[in-house]
Amino acid sequence: MSDFPKILLDNVGVENSHTLQVYRSRGGYKSAEKTLKTMKPEEVVGVVKDSGLRGRGGAGFPTGVKWGFVPQNSGKPVYLLVNADESEPGTFKDRDILDHDPHKMIEGIIIASYAVNCHDAFIYIRGEYGWIVKRVQKAVDEAYEAGLLGKDILGTGFDLEVIVHQGAGAYICGEETGLINSLEGKKGQPRIKPPFPAVVGFLDSPTVVNNVETIASLPWILEHGADAYRGIGTEKSPGTKLFSLSGPVKRPGVYELPLGTPLRELIFGEEYGQGMLPGIELKACIPGGSSVPVLTAEETMAAKLDYESLAEMGTMLGSGGCIVIGDDASMPEVLKVLLQFYHHESCGQCTPCREGTGWLDTILERMLAGKGRPGDLDLIERVCQNMAGLTICVLSDAAVMPTRSFIAKFRDEFAALLPKDEEPEEFVPIARSAEDRS
Amino acid sequence: MKQDTELPKDPEQGKVESPAEEPSAEPSFAFSPEREAKFQEIVRRYPTSFSAIMPTLWLCQAEWGWLKPGIPEWVAERLEVPVRRVYELISFYTMFYTENPGKYNLQVCRNISCHLMGAQNIIDHIKKKLGIEVGQTSADGMWRLEEVECLGACGYGPVMQVGDRYYEHLTIEKVDALIEEWSKSE
Repeated sequence: MSDFPKILLDNVGVENSHTLQVYRSRGGYKSAEKTLKTMKPEEVVGVVKDSGLRGRGGAGFPTGVKWGFVPQNSGKPVYLLVNADESEPGTFKDRDILDHDPHKMIEGIIIASYAVNCHDAFIYIRGEYGWIVKRVQKAVDEAYEAGLLGKDILGTGFDLEVIVHQGAGAYICGEETGLINSLEGKKGQPRIKPPFPAVVGFLDSPTVVNNVETIASLPWILEHGADAYRGIGTEKSPGTKLFSLSGPVKRPGVYELPLGTPLRELIFGEEYGQGMLPGIELKACIPGGSSVPVLTAEETMAAKLDYESLAEMGTMLGSGGCIVIGDDASMPEVLKVLLQFYHHESCGQCTPCREGTGWLDTILERMLAGKGRPGDLDLIERVCQNMAGLTICVLSDAAVMPTRSFIAKFRDEFAALLPKDEEPEEFVPIARSAEDRS
Repeated sequence: MKQDTELPKDPEQGKVESPAEEPSAEPSFAFSPEREAKFQEIVRRYPTSFSAIMPTLWLCQAEWGWLKPGIPEWVAERLEVPVRRVYELISFYTMFYTENPGKYNLQVCRNISCHLMGAQNIIDHIKKKLGIEVGQTSADGMWRLEEVECLGACGYGPVMQVGDRYYEHLTIEKVDALIEEWSKSE
């Protein structure tokens, strides 16, 4: 698997890779310069469409197509919002780019902004990444000083302002319309779509929201062309992707792999995870961040890391957050950890999600406390039916997908928690504070 | 960003809205000169005053450590926004503090990857060692323990955040050493 060009992590590991000087010494900003000086914006959109690049935040929507929805001449400014609110459990990939190669993202921002005729971009970074906010701000300052941002970039007449914005601890702000509301100075509650942000987004203006990794792929694509990018990965999932590997493996971390690579290579490959920690066997794996359906060990060994292959197995590539679960873990306990998370992070505006995540959390809590009732697994399924697909955003679905798949694939572990007799003790759930619901 | 003339105005501007509440009789606040300059930059660059609330609250926390009583009202006055819009953000986002979070706020990730690597042992150990429960601050204001959701350090767990820093690959020994070091720094 070493015969592919590194597109995203090529500078990571190089000393002072986060500085402008090092980035430029490795060919940085040449792609943006070539793009601005020799291409028309619509040509840039064309190349990105042809490259087949898909959004790396989780949904996998084709980036060039998304850009194509932005109306030109709407009389309003166009905004680019870079989604660096990385908070999907199991995902820590954007952090590598932000921390070690922020100029690659800034170069991508210049290219994307030029393509969609945007002159005002924001980088929305999750609040917890405080030191990264400082590092990215420093890189942005360097770029301004070097004439790579601001007025008349590289003498081309193109203007671009970039603001680094720090979030403040809300998972839901990673949802693109939640992010937009947050940036408008509101609670990060998602909006009903349509209208889509490309038409009515930030301050009611056309807005493109792209993930850090998506943006960071652009300099390579514009430098080498769509065909070169399509030469990597699979036909429908071209290019490379970052995978965050966590759980009881020997070498967890962030790895760049061509799409279509077998999942077992990521977990067991010598250059990657190097297999499970001693004494622990593979039991399950969540391949795309905590919100996607879990795979059994057998499925894990057969899976391939691309959008289509994983969809065929009933799960998703998502953010590429690959969480390995060992045979020392209890699946009901792991699911409880996730349900408490979704319960806490539900923004509260849709009843099925606000109440549903709470009930799933509560039912599992009582099961784990030895106070489950016969029929609780059916009750969980009924709650799921009232949550999936019935809300403004997909947080509700994100709680349902692990719930259903954990129970379907590891039902014995859940059933073992239920009593055989018909008269369970009364269960009083732990009171949750109002703050807990935010 | 580029400014007032070209960018859209606040969507709610012009609506009937009581301006910032009566200025409180509480002590007034002032940023250090450096942060005041930063505040002016925020006001100048953000397209609306509502957008500027969040970065201004961060600036307040950098200045005073937490959002002491009176600060939300002061922020509302300075940005000329209704004070409810400031409280709306403070109550929604978990990283804005209206109570003193203690000198060392140990925020231990409890989410899936850290859980798989033994985060619960770390949390239990800190509880016992410092004699505080999750969500409590010690009587002397020195320590606070919080369970937090995924910090985005999943491959390096268990992990905790203290201030602006992450402490990764935690073990009980590591936690003991850190707590000892911080105890001395008092």
